[in-house]
Amino acid sequence: MTPKISFRDITRTHPVKGGVFTALGGVSLDIGEREFVTVVGPSGCGKSTLLNLAAGLDTPTSGEVVVDGRPVTGPGPERGMIFQQYALFPWLTVRKNVEFGLRVAGVGGAERRRRATEAIDLVGLTEFADALPKTLSGGMKQRCAIARAYAVDPDVLLMDEPFGALDAMTRVQLQDQLLDTWSRQTRTVVFVTHDVEEAVYLARRVVVMAARPGRVHRIVDVDLPYPRTEQTRLSQRFAALRNEVWSAVHHQGAPAGQPAA
Amino acid sequence: MDVAAADQAEAAGSPEPAAQKDPGRGQWRRAARKDTAGAARRRRVPAPALNVLSLAVGLALWALLAAHGVGDLPGPLAVARRGGDLLRDGTLEGDILASVRRVLTGFALGTVAAVLVGFLMGWYPVVRALCEPWVQFFRTIPPLALIPLAVVLMGIGETPKIFVIFLAAFLSSVVATLQGVVGVDRTLVDAARVLGAKDRTIFVRVVVPAAAPFILVGMRIGLGSAWATVVAAELIAAQEGLGFRMQHAETYYDLDTIFVGLVAIGVLGLVMDRLLLLAERRLTRWQERR
Repeated sequence: MTPKISFRDITRTHPVKGGVFTALGGVSLDIGEREFVTVVGPSGCGKSTLLNLAAGLDTPTSGEVVVDGRPVTGPGPERGMIFQQYALFPWLTVRKNVEFGLRVAGVGGAERRRRATEAIDLVGLTEFADALPKTLSGGMKQRCAIARAYAVDPDVLLMDEPFGALDAMTRVQLQDQLLDTWSRQTRTVVFVTHDVEEAVYLARRVVVMAARPGRVHRIVDVDLPYPRTEQTRLSQRFAALRNEVWSAVHHQGAPAGQPAA
Repeated sequence: MDVAAADQAEAAGSPEPAAQKDPGRGQWRRAARKDTAGAARRRRVPAPALNVLSLAVGLALWALLAAHGVGDLPGPLAVARRGGDLLRDGTLEGDILASVRRVLTGFALGTVAAVLVGFLMGWYPVVRALCEPWVQFFRTIPPLALIPLAVVLMGIGETPKIFVIFLAAFLSSVVATLQGVVGVDRTLVDAARVLGAKDRTIFVRVVVPAAAPFILVGMRIGLGSAWATVVAAELIAAQEGLGFRMQHAETYYDLDTIFVGLVAIGVLGLVMDRLLLLAERRLTRWQERR
C-alpha cells in the first residue's frame, strides 16, 4: 500500500552566524492513510519543521515530501494545519473563521453556511458561533481552529502542539474530543507534541525524534485499541508504552528498545 | 456607592441628556464584571464631569484675564459676538468650508497614498528598500518648510496648499501603515495559506484587517498634521479660509476675529478626531484590550 505521506530523506538546514544549523538531517518516514501518528522529541529535534514541510509552508534543503504520490510544492486545502497559538482571525467570529477556507475555495453562501455549521457542531461550539475569538477560552479557541480545519474537509490534519498552551484538564478533554471527532471523520493525522502521555494516548504510532541533527530516533507502535477511554489511560499496557516512549525521549544515548514490555 | 457619587457628579456637571448616561453605566457594569481593576480605575475619575469642569474653569479664567485688560485680550463674550457676526454675514461659513475642503482633500489624498505606499513597503522588501530613505528623509523636514518650494513650483493657487497638507498627512500615516503590515502575525498568514488562500486573498482578508488599527492611528495623527499645516498653507495668497482670515485680521489688529478663527480650528479638529476615533472603535472592536 502506498503511504499517504512520505518523507524521503529530508534535510533542512538554516544558515546561522558562523555555519549552518541542521534542523533535520536525513529524515525518512512513511505515514499511512487514515493513520494517527504523533511525533515527540526534545526541543530542537525539528518536529515542527517536519510539519511545516508537510504543510508546504517550508521547503526541504534536500529530499522531498510526497503526499498522495505527488511532491509537496506549497500549501493546499487538502492538508489542514492546527497551530499551537490557535491562529484564529481575531476580527472574525467563530462562524466566519470556520467559513474562511470555504470562502477561499469559492463555496457558495448556503452550502458554506451548512458546512460551517456542521464543523462548529462537530467541535461543540454551536452556542458560540457568533462570538469573537477574544471572548473564548484557550480550549474553545483551539476547538474553533479544529472546526476551521475540518470545514474544508482535508485528507490530512497537521497539528503543531495544538494543546501545548492549555491547562492539563482542558488538554485531556480536548484529546478525547479530538479522538471522538477523528473516529467520526477519519483523517490522516500528524500530531506534534512534547507531552509523552498525550503522544501515546492519541496515536497508533509514536515517532520519537532526536536532536542535533533532527532525525527519527525510534518508532513505537501503540497496540491499544480505539476508542480510547479513561480505562485506556489507567491500563498497565498504557503505562508500559508511556515508559517506553519516555525512555526513548529522555535517554537517547541508551541503546534503543531497552525497556520493551 | 462610588458609582452613585460619580453619577451624581456627572449629572450635576454635565449638560448631556440623561439618555446618554445609561449606556455609560452599562459599560461600567460590563467592565466591572470583566475586570474589577479597570472598573476601580474608572470609578476614581469620573472623566466627563472633570472635562466639563475644566472647560468651565478655563473659560472663567479667560473672562477674568480679559476683564482685567491683560494685553488687549478679548473676552469670551466679545469673541462669541464676533463669531456670531461672522457667521451671519457668511464669512465664517465660507472660511470654514474653504479650510475644511483643503484639509479633507489633502488628508484624503495623503491617507490613500500612505496606505498604498505603506502596504507596498510592508509587503515587498524591494519597495521598502527603495522608498524608506525618501520617507525617512522627508519625515525630518516639516511640511511647512516646503511651502516656498511648493509655491515656486506650483504657483499660488490651491495646488501648493493641498500639496503641503497632503505631504503632512502622508508622512504621518505611511510609517504607521508600514508598521501595521510588518507587524502582521506570521501565523495568521500561514493559517490563511494552509486554508488555500493565495497572496491577493491574504492581502485583502488578513493583512488589511490586521493592519487596520495601525492605519487608523496613523490617520488620526495625519489629520492632526493636516490641520496644523492648513493655516500656514493659507498664508500663501489665499482669498478665504480660517488661516487667511486670521492673517487678514492681524493686519487690522482685530483680535476678536483671530480668536474666532482659533476656536473654529480647535473645534473642527476635535470633531474630526472624534469621528475618526468613533470609526476606530467600531472597526477594531475585535482587538483584545489589555
